[in-house]
Amino acid sequence: MSKTLTIARREISAYFNSPMAYIVVGAFLLISGYLYFSTVFLAGTASLRSFFSLTPLLLVIFAPAVAMRLVSEELRSGTLELLTTMPVRDEEVIAGKFLAGLSVVASGLLMTLAYPLSIATVGDLDWGPVIGGYLGLLLCAAALIGIGIMASTWSRNQITAFILALMIGLVLWLFDKVTFFVPASLGRVLEYLSIDFHFRNIARGVIDTRDLLYYFSLLLISLFLAVLALRRRHA
Amino acid sequence: MDSAMIEVRELVKDYGRTRALRGIDFSVPRGQIVGFLGPNGAGKTTTMKIITGYLEATSGQALVRGLPVEEHPLETRAHIGYLPENAPLYEDMMVQEFLDFVADIRQIPAAQRRQRFRLMTEVCGIGDVLSKNIGELSKGFRQRVGLAHAMIHDPEILILDEPTSGLDPNQIAEIRKLIRELGREKTLILSTHILPEVQATCDRVIIISDGKLVADDTVQGLMTGDGARIQVLVAPRGESPLEMEKVVESLQKPDSVRSVSVVGEKEDGLAVDVLSDAAVDARRDIFEAAIAADLALLEMQRQSVSLEETFRRLTMEDGGEHV
Repeated sequence: MSKTLTIARREISAYFNSPMAYIVVGAFLLISGYLYFSTVFLAGTASLRSFFSLTPLLLVIFAPAVAMRLVSEELRSGTLELLTTMPVRDEEVIAGKFLAGLSVVASGLLMTLAYPLSIATVGDLDWGPVIGGYLGLLLCAAALIGIGIMASTWSRNQITAFILALMIGLVLWLFDKVTFFVPASLGRVLEYLSIDFHFRNIARGVIDTRDLLYYFSLLLISLFLAVLALRRRHA
Repeated sequence: MDSAMIEVRELVKDYGRTRALRGIDFSVPRGQIVGFLGPNGAGKTTTMKIITGYLEATSGQALVRGLPVEEHPLETRAHIGYLPENAPLYEDMMVQEFLDFVADIRQIPAAQRRQRFRLMTEVCGIGDVLSKNIGELSKGFRQRVGLAHAMIHDPEILILDEPTSGLDPNQIAEIRKLIRELGREKTLILSTHILPEVQATCDRVIIISDGKLVADDTVQGLMTGDGARIQVLVAPRGESPLEMEKVVESLQKPDSVRSVSVVGEKEDGLAVDVLSDAAVDARRDIFEAAIAADLALLEMQRQSVSLEETFRRLTMEDGGEHV
């Protein structure tokens, strides 16, 4: 566990020592901020609805951008050899990198708390959906960072890793948007596979184990495949 | 058997369809400095990567202190300090940060840390760059930081892949001195294709060529095991001209002579190379043989075969691979 935290700490300081984290988090705040302001000030409604409805899509784009360097960069520079010939397990390497990636995205989400807080000062805010919404966003972020790390183990090129993760994320996000065109039985399956569908459930303020199970299995499967890819590099 | 710090048994490694290692066997006892020699792509780096647990062997196994590396990756890695080729380092970190990180991963107890850091800074000469970014360091300093990283946990075994590549002559001399000092108590494998380096630092040389072990001997053994070469210049004593076959035949007579080859005809005589066993000095026998065959010896010079010649002969004979 302590080695996992050591790796996580190194990755977090690597993020904030380079402009990368600031650019990605900044762009995320800019767009999510526009979503918020456009409803509150342009439409004049004290609601976070459009913020919560579109932020999962933002995460589909920004989480891979955060995660892409985590393993690719070590493959490119050769430091993976340095790291994995020290007494550390592949699982610890992946877990540490996951925690670092999640921390960066979570720090971005943390800053958006300014939106509900600002609404709460001027009007009545129903905190239930807000808490649910943030929990849902955090779960989305975790699963998407997991996918990003998995893609990052597949290529020494960060851009390739980013595009692969983005495509997987987009497909998962689109699943429940296409149910209209497919038979109902298949539609149910697609809905269950959709990242956005489960988010909306949680964002309603209803915490169902099925939704939690979805995100946790998505995360565990991606991290497991990432460890596997790391191991295959030894073969 | 217990004393072997590193043992490698019938190591085979395939990369896709190409076979990089074709059955390598050797073992290294405690406190030996072994030089890995071989042309580029011979399998030196692959062998090292298998011992350090970065790569898995296709078949065969590597043992570190008697433990198979594949089954006990964490224990075996704890005893090894490894500097990969070109010293890949986290360029975004400061030297001090990087060494702290390594010490954390290696779980060096806090009580020893300060003393280990002080020793590494001194031994590797990195005191002036501790607060510099690794990405800004020169090749020589990077190599030293890499060495500090490999030694910070005071490992019993050090594996260094081309530790002096890219360094200037002064730095090379320093690193060699460091390696010799380390070799007093540690077991060390270093790869290089710089032959004088092996002569300067190693107790033992292992030459790998085309995935096979072609020599495993002491430096002295490799240089003399092949015999000594004696360059001879002969001329006729009487009026009759020299007959090449007769010269070769007569110089071949002594038991100490292995082979005789004519190098060329010169103005004043015939230049001949005589290869003899290393253990004996064949010059006296050649002198006697020349007198018996009515030849005058104008020049005679004994040379030991250089490591370079041995290396070239061993690594080029079957593949015809030119470096």
